[in-house]
Amino acid sequence: MDFTLSKEHEMARTLFRDFAEKEVKPLAQEVDETEQFPTGTVVKMKKLGFMGIPVPKEYGGQGCDTLTYAMCVEELSKVCGTTGVIVSAHTSLCAEPIKKFGTDEQKQKYLIPLANGEKLGAFGLTEPGAGTDAAGQQTKAIPDGDDYIINGSKIFITNGKEADIYVIFAMTDKSKGTKGITAFILEKGTPGFTFGTKEKKMGIRGSSTYELIFTDCRVPKTNMLGQEGKGFGIAMTTLDGGRIGIAAQALGLAAGALESTIAYVKERKQFGRTIAQFQNTQFQIADMSMKVEAARLLVYKAAIAKDTQKKFSLEAAMAKLYASEVAMEVTTKAVQLHGGYGYTREYDVERMMRDAKITEIYEGTSEVQRMVISAAVL
Amino acid sequence: MKIVVCIKQVPDTNEVKLDPVTGTLIRDGVPSIINPDDKAGLEAALTLKDSIGAEVAVITMGPPQADAVLREAMAMGADTAYLVTDRAFGGADTLATSTTLAAAIKKLDYDLIITGRQAIDGDTAQVGPQIAEHLNIPNVSYAEDIKVEGNSVIIKRQYEDRYHTVKVQMPCLITALGEMNQPRYMTPGGIFDAIREKQVTVWNRPDLDVADEAIGLKGSPTKVAQSFPKSVKAAGVKVTLDPEESADYIMERLKEKFII
Amino acid sequence: MSLQDFKGVFIFAQQVDCQVSGVSFELIGKGKELAAQLGTEVTAVILGSGITGLADDLAAYGADKVIVVDDPELKEYTTEPYAHAVYSVIEKYKPEVFLFGATAIGRDLAPRVSARAKTGLTADCTKLEVDAENNNLRMTRPAFGGNIMATIVCPDNRPQMATVRPGVMQKIKKIQGAKANVETFNPGFTKDSKYVEVLDIIKKISDKIDIMDAKILVSGGRGVGSKENFSILQDFADSMGATVSSSRASVDAGWTEKDQQVGQTGKTVRPNLYFAIGISGAIQHLAGMEESDLIIAINKDATAPIFDVADYGIVGDFSKIVPLLTEQMKSAKAAK
Repeated sequence: MDFTLSKEHEMARTLFRDFAEKEVKPLAQEVDETEQFPTGTVVKMKKLGFMGIPVPKEYGGQGCDTLTYAMCVEELSKVCGTTGVIVSAHTSLCAEPIKKFGTDEQKQKYLIPLANGEKLGAFGLTEPGAGTDAAGQQTKAIPDGDDYIINGSKIFITNGKEADIYVIFAMTDKSKGTKGITAFILEKGTPGFTFGTKEKKMGIRGSSTYELIFTDCRVPKTNMLGQEGKGFGIAMTTLDGGRIGIAAQALGLAAGALESTIAYVKERKQFGRTIAQFQNTQFQIADMSMKVEAARLLVYKAAIAKDTQKKFSLEAAMAKLYASEVAMEVTTKAVQLHGGYGYTREYDVERMMRDAKITEIYEGTSEVQRMVISAAVL
Repeated sequence: MKIVVCIKQVPDTNEVKLDPVTGTLIRDGVPSIINPDDKAGLEAALTLKDSIGAEVAVITMGPPQADAVLREAMAMGADTAYLVTDRAFGGADTLATSTTLAAAIKKLDYDLIITGRQAIDGDTAQVGPQIAEHLNIPNVSYAEDIKVEGNSVIIKRQYEDRYHTVKVQMPCLITALGEMNQPRYMTPGGIFDAIREKQVTVWNRPDLDVADEAIGLKGSPTKVAQSFPKSVKAAGVKVTLDPEESADYIMERLKEKFII
Repeated sequence: MSLQDFKGVFIFAQQVDCQVSGVSFELIGKGKELAAQLGTEVTAVILGSGITGLADDLAAYGADKVIVVDDPELKEYTTEPYAHAVYSVIEKYKPEVFLFGATAIGRDLAPRVSARAKTGLTADCTKLEVDAENNNLRMTRPAFGGNIMATIVCPDNRPQMATVRPGVMQKIKKIQGAKANVETFNPGFTKDSKYVEVLDIIKKISDKIDIMDAKILVSGGRGVGSKENFSILQDFADSMGATVSSSRASVDAGWTEKDQQVGQTGKTVRPNLYFAIGISGAIQHLAGMEESDLIIAINKDATAPIFDVADYGIVGDFSKIVPLLTEQMKSAKAAK
């Protein structure tokens, strides 16, 4: 087993790191303070093909692999959690299910513009009454001639309102339970599809998190993604892939906080020496470094598993669970090691800590990940 | 239109540090990059590729690991790449280097050759004009902007206090200034293609039509007699003087350091 | 032809718009020194159109001889007619040393000529000496981004060519009423494919520079005290061709703009020279400028941490010191 990265992956990392340092980092604080979606950055990323990294060239993508995509999210998140999740939600939760379950017409119509950067994507599963209990979908889709009519709402949707293309889920047959859920592709601007509240959040504040509202929203049958009643399976498979993106985001946040802290403790002097010279600091940094490295290995393994194995849910769940918990721990310790300065917004670590919290919650809470892992192992 | 861009792999001299104990350069772990002026030249060529469909070839003379800068250039969009490498070419000063590169470029079709103004390790700014001399073509250095018009190139040529707008017939050579443009990023797909799909043509000594006396150490009229680190920064000095003396003190220090 | 056939120290006397550039006088000064050690003379070679009148200027600064190449083709600098002229001078006069200023002209002309003459060229020299043992020129120059110095020799080819950094060598005191020993020379100019056309000449007006691009920064902090006081720093910066930057405190106080801020939440700069004026040197500021080549700090407070990173620290009142500096700087520039 060779743990060295290939030349192309090393070069890709250099690309993502360069871009993150030059284009994303200078805006990170402002994006967080103003809660503005970083439109300029997204335009730049679209032009460079960052929005279609694992999508094949024939569908407008870059033709790379999941590992490259994960590294992109990691490097972006190192400097800005918001920017990382924008790429992750778009790629894993919208482009990917269309790539995997879409008809050729749907791929031509939707996947190509998603991958080549023309359009932004989002995913709508969560409802006010259906979070971890995702099967408790209330949004209904009732057949009517050549269409379905959708009524209901979704909350906490990442890239909401900014996205052009949405993969959403609705109940087509309540009597069948999870086998009565169907997936649809919906375009912004469809009559009856509107946006509700913009969420004010603790972290990833530049990420556009909106309520989606469907009022007699008419969607052609040709926009059904996969088969009727197969939606829940599509959602679960999609979330498996999404977990790798979020794990990469968490990894990036942890790695960024660690890097900032290492630089800080080498400069900050108290009691006549740098705080890096105190054993307490050294031991903390040692533990943080080890955990970030372990998280990285789990994330990269899951990314490779997605491309090489039929099933990768276990790897993805472990990566997401571990990386998000490490992110929370490392960013919290980072603030602590920065002392009073770490609590001010002049330094990045408090933002990284606020950004890290959501990684333990969305795309399957840590509790859900533990359910997935134990189910696979027991 | 065919463009040949000469690029050099250089250590990022902005990142090089001096060992505080020995006073020597720490070269280990210093990342290698495409020389910034060359990268700007490459971007100018790629912009012409985008606008008028020019073909862009990149060429470098260096050790085998210089392959990396050719791959990066292809990941940015260059079409073909040539690595001129051989022990026989090593130890060359700018005259021998330019002779070797000219011999390699002679094997290619070109309308325009672009080099960077200078490399951040050698800092001589000599190789570009010397290549032009060997190829007997016109050169314009310090290009801040270039436009193609028919069979000519219109160049904004920089001087200390002015610009000339210069018109030169192709084939010609231009040396590019780093401030000319913002070089584009690679793309992820470009990287995968550059590594997995594209080939770098390698030319060794037997591939070049050039005399032994003109290349490598033998072909170098200048030789390094000695090299030594710039004097290591001593601990700072703090003085308390009256205002006039303070101003004098500062002026003296500036004179010492050749700032004035 | 052997090395012994090459004699004389020649310098390329750059002129623009019929004004001799300062570096030309510096080259004559140094050339004179080298010529004395080599037992020969220093000759200034001047190219242009309508420039015969400039020969006396060159003699006034020490040229033993002046070779004038006066031709309409040489009115504005372009590579080929100039290279042809200089190469022809070398062919005819066979100097052992030929010095050029390391200017936008010299750094284009000298390499082209050296390749034509199949000889060695050393760039951007800051020191030139004659090796007493063998009379070879020893040329010292910075390399590796300025991190090391290298001494170069050109033992087997002639002329030994070098470009020299402006502002490093000394010109001699002007000899009033000096008359030049002039020789005119014209190798003949035939337009070929290497000739280019100058379509337009645009003189520069100085722009606002990004602090990250500036070579010299005059930076002010809380200690500057007010927006009005920043004009003291601006005057000083103007006298040096420098740019004003500041710490976060000044930006927050509204004395300077955000794009001038150096530090943790501002920009990271690495100028050749950084003046830290009224800046305490808090860690967030240091993060943005500690890699400057030379740091000079002025602060009233002798215990300010900025003095730990400054190469030269002056404890004092900037409002008294800096205006005096500006005066001295203006005189120094005028004297040049």
